[in-house]
Amino acid sequence: MPDMDQILKIVYTLVIPIAVLLSFILANAMYLQYVERKIWARMQARLGPMQAGPQGIFQPIADTLKFLLKEDIIPAKADKMVFVVAPILALMMAFGAFVALPFGPDTVLFGNKVHLWVTNLNIGVIYILALASVGTYGVILGGWASNNKYSLMGGFRSAAQMISYEIPMAFAIVTVVLMAGSLNLSDIVNAQAGKWYLFTPVGPVLFFLYVIAGFAETNRTPFDLPEAESELVAGFMTEYSGIRFGFFFMAEFMNMLIVSLLVSIMFLGGWLPLQILPQTLGGITSIHWFNKVLAGIPPTLWLLAKMYFFFFVFSWVRATLPRYRYDQLMDLSWKFLLPLSLATLMIAAFLKQAGWL
Amino acid sequence: MIHQIIFLYFATVILVSALLMITRRNPIHSVLFMLLLFFHIAGLFVLLNAEFLAAVQLIVYAGAILILYLFVVMLLNVDQERQSVRANRFWPWVAAFGVLIAGEILLLISRSTFPGDAGKTMATPGAGVMELGQALYTQYLVPFEIASVILLVGLIGAVMLAKKAVKE
Repeated sequence: MPDMDQILKIVYTLVIPIAVLLSFILANAMYLQYVERKIWARMQARLGPMQAGPQGIFQPIADTLKFLLKEDIIPAKADKMVFVVAPILALMMAFGAFVALPFGPDTVLFGNKVHLWVTNLNIGVIYILALASVGTYGVILGGWASNNKYSLMGGFRSAAQMISYEIPMAFAIVTVVLMAGSLNLSDIVNAQAGKWYLFTPVGPVLFFLYVIAGFAETNRTPFDLPEAESELVAGFMTEYSGIRFGFFFMAEFMNMLIVSLLVSIMFLGGWLPLQILPQTLGGITSIHWFNKVLAGIPPTLWLLAKMYFFFFVFSWVRATLPRYRYDQLMDLSWKFLLPLSLATLMIAAFLKQAGWL
Repeated sequence: MIHQIIFLYFATVILVSALLMITRRNPIHSVLFMLLLFFHIAGLFVLLNAEFLAAVQLIVYAGAILILYLFVVMLLNVDQERQSVRANRFWPWVAAFGVLIAGEILLLISRSTFPGDAGKTMATPGAGVMELGQALYTQYLVPFEIASVILLVGLIGAVMLAKKAVKE
């Protein structure tokens, strides 16, 4: 019989962090959809959702209710088991990746030391890569199980696309790991104290590689070919409706958040504050004073601000850029990004060994 | 105690999903059960404190190899596969060999001794990534390089086979 202390320990280290994380993710997945629609609307000189509540603020709640209450349709000729499993798989992999993401350094809250992560994996980066690669299954299986040619084409495209872009993405991440000397995400952030990786010699290239691959991994414009509506109706989601569609939808938003968080953690110093001219460089008092103010903002807020900024970039790109053609998409990954990522890895290894990084 | 329960859970699911994988008539279902199998094998690695191997298990097997299988399987006609004959006339021979190999494995296990808990001996800070890398690039450098050359040959060979010679 486990005693009270053990139960309390499990509650403190597992149940509460997971509950907080889950509510954070769900609230974000719901409300970012609204924010994104508003951003597109403003960029296209429209108003966006306005009916539900002031400025349409209750739109996500209405959407969620609609997802939940809609009739759940499984096509007669679909493979029922796979059809049901696919969206759950996609959602599970997205949830799973969040567990390893740190949201800030250890902080003191109400006199107790609190970790701002659920688990601090030593191999955090690889774990997230692994789950991202398994997340592809949801899309392929969903496309296949629907027994619809548009769905199948969407599923195939997405599989080919995700496999192709995983490689440059993995190389970009490996280079960051090489620079930080650790696979632990907290260590990667701490290694950036003083210099964010974006501002190192190879940093901008890696950033570019990772962001492009991230867009492709999350199936977002300009790489949203799996669901290109002009060719494929809605791609792998064509036959999905109700809450199962909602699952895919949420998984997509969560993957976007994961990519935004990883970009912030790996290139923008995670929860480290922005420093305009480090103190060692200049003697301008007003800048020092400004830096002090910036450093006073809580670390978690910095991380979230960077994350939401990238989320905004995601929406911005989607509202602005047209879609790639399929062969161009493959060419970009295999003929341009892959050689570039390999070359960057070599150069970074050289710079690291020479002590210039 | 909890350790053993978790181990039993993983082991049971591995066995059951392996059986289901072989017996399903629909190849896609087989692939799904194989995915389940890989996940639980990764779980066993985590139980042995080999987190890195667990992640590699997922990336390499689930993320790369099995996706390729899925690709091939999806191009098959599932209805045709369902009705196809599952075994040819050699099956008693193959089954006999299977039993023989199982017997050998059991014999080997019963004869060997296991020095302590493998999970404890592998528990190193940093999930053993550094140790693994150092071992691969010093002690096992030659086998490692040979393996990578073999993989490269396989890759180039597949491209050569797939590409038809263009006549001038």
